[in-house]
Amino acid sequence: MSVATVGSTRRTRDFMPRAARDQREAFLLLIPALIPVIVFSVFPLLQGIYLGFTNAEAGFEVQVVFNKLDNYRRLLHNALFWQSFEIGIVWAVATTALQYVLGLGLALLLNERLRLRGVARMLALVPWAMPSVIVAIMWRLVYLPDAGILNGVLQTLHLQRTPVNWLGDFSSALPAVIVVGVWAGLAPTTIALLGGLQGIAADLHEAAAVDGASSAQRFQHITWPQLRSVTEAIVSLDFIWNFNSFGLVYVLTAGGPGGQTMLPALFAYNEAFKFGHFGYAAAMGNVMVLVVVGLLAIYMRYQRRSQA
Amino acid sequence: MLDRPSPVIHLLKYLALCAYMVFLAFPMVWMLSTALKGPREVLSFHPTLIPHQPTLDNFRMAFGEQNLIQAALNSTQVSLATALFTVVIALPAAYALVRYQSVLRKIALGWILVSQVFPVILIIIPLFLILKGLHLLDSLPGLGVVYLVWSLPFVLWMLQTYVAAIPSELEEAAATDGAGRLRILFYVVMPLLVPGLLVAGLFAFISAWNEFFFALVVLQRPELSTLPLTLARFVGTEGNVRLGPLAAASLLATLPSLVFFAALQGRLTSGLLAGGVKG
Repeated sequence: MSVATVGSTRRTRDFMPRAARDQREAFLLLIPALIPVIVFSVFPLLQGIYLGFTNAEAGFEVQVVFNKLDNYRRLLHNALFWQSFEIGIVWAVATTALQYVLGLGLALLLNERLRLRGVARMLALVPWAMPSVIVAIMWRLVYLPDAGILNGVLQTLHLQRTPVNWLGDFSSALPAVIVVGVWAGLAPTTIALLGGLQGIAADLHEAAAVDGASSAQRFQHITWPQLRSVTEAIVSLDFIWNFNSFGLVYVLTAGGPGGQTMLPALFAYNEAFKFGHFGYAAAMGNVMVLVVVGLLAIYMRYQRRSQA
Repeated sequence: MLDRPSPVIHLLKYLALCAYMVFLAFPMVWMLSTALKGPREVLSFHPTLIPHQPTLDNFRMAFGEQNLIQAALNSTQVSLATALFTVVIALPAAYALVRYQSVLRKIALGWILVSQVFPVILIIIPLFLILKGLHLLDSLPGLGVVYLVWSLPFVLWMLQTYVAAIPSELEEAAATDGAGRLRILFYVVMPLLVPGLLVAGLFAFISAWNEFFFALVVLQRPELSTLPLTLARFVGTEGNVRLGPLAAASLLATLPSLVFFAALQGRLTSGLLAGGVKG
C-alpha cells in the first residue's frame, strides 16, 4: 500500500536503515499524542480497574489496600445496586431498540424522493448538536406537571383528566426518560442506517423489481441483509453509549423518584463523589464493563446465528 | 422509478415523515415558546404553543446574568483551547498512523474502540486523583487536558481517513525534489488537510462545549463553571420560578453547536483534494 510505495522512493536518499529510521520518525510524530493519552487515559483506566479491587476512599490518607473481591461481595448483597443495574439494562435495551426501529424508519423515508426530505434531515441532525444538559432542560419543560405542553395537549384532546407528573411518578419516570433518550440519540442511528441504505447498489432492487418482487419482499431479501453490518455496529455502539449514559438522566431526574431512574453511572457517581467510596465505585465501573461486554457478546452471537 | 405510485402508500409515507418531524421539532418549538413568554404566562395552567404576549425579556435577563456570561466565557476558553491543542497533537499522529507501520495503527485503532466502550465513571476516579496530584483539579486547564484526551481518539480517527485519502504520489514527488519528512508534512500534507483539520477542530470544540460529566467532577468553584454546568445547577436551585430565562439561556447556549454543525456539513465534501492531484 502507500507505506510500501513511499518507502521505495525514499530508499535512494536514506542514510540509516529504512526500518529503524521510519520507526524513529513515527515515534517522534506520535509522542505529542502518546504522552497525554498515556498519562490521562491509559493509566487512569488501568488504575480505575485496579481501584475496583481496593478500599480506596476520597480525601482520606488511608493506606490503599488491595482487598481482592471484597467490593464485589458487598455489591452482590447491595439491593440498590441490583436495582440500578436492572434499570440500566431496561433503559439501555429499550432506548437502543427504539432508536434502531425509529431510526430505520426515518432512514428509509429519507432515502426516498419525498418532498420535505431536506428539512426532515436537518431536524433529525439538530438533537445531535445539542448539549445533553440542554436536551434534558428542554424535556423538563415539556414534562412540567402543570404548565408543560405534554399535559396541556393531552388534556385538550381529552386523553387524560388530571395532569401527570411525568418525571416525578414512579410508573412514568423511566418511560419518560427513555423517550428523551430516544429523541437525543436518534440522529447517529439514522445517519448510519441512511449511509448503509445508500450503499446498496440500485440495480439489486431494479433486478428484483423486474422479477416481480414486491417492496416488502425486496426489503426482506435485499435491504435487510445488506444492512447487517451497519446494524451490528450501530446497535452495539448505541447500547454501549446508552448503558454508560449519565448527563441526560442526571439533569432530568437525578435518578429519582425513589431511584426509579438511577442508572448504573449515576449510582456509581453518587457512591464516588457524594460518599467518597472510590474503590467501591470503581468496582461498579468494572461490573459495568463486564455487563456491556457480556450483553454485546450475546447480541453478536444471536445476530450471527439468525443471519447465517 | 421502481415504485409504482400508489397514492395511499405515498400519503402514508408523508404522514410518517410528518410524524417524525413533529416528534423531533416540538420540544425545540416548546423551548422557544417558553423563552418568548412572560413569567406569568410560563406558569399558566393552560399552556399554549404560541405565546399570547411574546417578549424578549428572558433573553435580556439571560444576558444580564453575570454567572451565565462568566460561564459562556469559560466554555469558550476551554473549547477553543481543546480544539486547537487536539488538532495540533492529532495531526502528526494521524499522519504517522497512516504512513508508517501497520502495527501501531492497529494498536491505535484498537485503543480508539476501547475508549468508546469504557464507562467514564471508571476513568474519572483515577483522573480526579491525578489532576489533584498535578494541582490541576478545579481549574480550566485541568478540564481542558481531560477534554483533549477525551476528544483525541475520534479526532484521530477522522484525521487519519483524511490523510489516507491524500495520494502518496504527491509526497513522493516532494521527496524526489529533496524535501524531508517534516517539510513534506508541513508544506504538502497540511495544506491538503485544511478541510479535515477544520472539521476535526469543530468536532473537538463542540464536544468540549457540550460536555457535562467531566466538568461536574473537575470543577468546583462556581466562577470556573462552564455553561452546561451552570445551566444544570440553575435547574436544580431555581425550581420553576425562572423557567423563561432558563429556556432563553439554553437556546443561546445551543447556538454555537448548531452553527458549527451546519458549517461542518458543508465542509465534508470539498473539492480541494481533486484539485491538488490534478494540478
